[in-house]
Amino acid sequence: MAGTALRRRLTWQIATVSTVTVETASVRTLTLDVPDWPGHQAGQHLDIRLTDEDGYMAERSYSIASAPGEPVAITVERLDDGEVSPYLTDELRAGDDLELRGPIGGYFVWEPEDGGPLLLLAGGSGIVPLRSILRHRERTGSTVPVRLLYSSRTLSDVIYRAEFDQPASGVEVIHTLTRSQPPGWSGYARRVDTALLTEVAWPAAAMPLAYACGPTSFVEAVSQALVQSGYPPERVKTERFGATGGT
Amino acid sequence: MEAVDGNAIGGLLQEVFGTEMTGAASVCGSCGAARQVAELAVYLRAPGTVVRCRSCESVLMVFVKVHDMTCVDLLGLAALG
Repeated sequence: MAGTALRRRLTWQIATVSTVTVETASVRTLTLDVPDWPGHQAGQHLDIRLTDEDGYMAERSYSIASAPGEPVAITVERLDDGEVSPYLTDELRAGDDLELRGPIGGYFVWEPEDGGPLLLLAGGSGIVPLRSILRHRERTGSTVPVRLLYSSRTLSDVIYRAEFDQPASGVEVIHTLTRSQPPGWSGYARRVDTALLTEVAWPAAAMPLAYACGPTSFVEAVSQALVQSGYPPERVKTERFGATGGT
Repeated sequence: MEAVDGNAIGGLLQEVFGTEMTGAASVCGSCGAARQVAELAVYLRAPGTVVRCRSCESVLMVFVKVHDMTCVDLLGLAALG
């Protein structure tokens, strides 16, 4: 089945926005009605294409936020100088059309049989594919233990906060807030460094599987620290989305 | 300009090669470093899309789109797939 899906020709199609959910001041989740969607894996992407009246096209890749079997959703952070994201976060309304193709990718994906324990490391909107993995774990009844380390600038920048306040059984969510912290904050309050990872990460001897997603600098720092602490490089999956901030 | 990685061009690669490529193996033609395509350094806003080795920074792949055609240069690779 997977082979059939992989060989399927990737074609652009028109989806319809079914709902827009406000996640934070700059982040929206768009739930999409995609007529010809073959199903996706947790961690995969889709490409969005916008065309202006002159025919100029801009394409961007977005991680899928929903689990396999759920309606397709993407979570988009507004980049002030972006060509695509301000349209997605500010202009699109339920009922609007959107051109996309997908699902895409076979590297940064997780299936229950891949096992764990899982170490999920998110910088800012790097949480999106990891949220798909967490929902997939819960929906499939997987009992793989999970630690999620999620770095945000402030508490109000935390995406899916209500979901992570009540994590599923076997899931530990550890926040770090790098820019400012609310009064009484007892969690971490700095960028992820080796000392913080040593406290939070599963020991290498537990043969954990790590997924790190976020700005390039965040992913470089955490993946190097994990490999230095004994994680085999092939057990550290990485996805970098550039210097968009958010950690 | 900061590099992203091969995950970001999964769609482009699937368009060019007709199959999922981010999990494919690659070998740098200059230094011999072996990595999955998802782990390679990708520059999206060069003139075209430029993929570099994460070890020695050699150019491995270049994709340039002209209208509906994509020009592909794979000369920096020793092996792919």
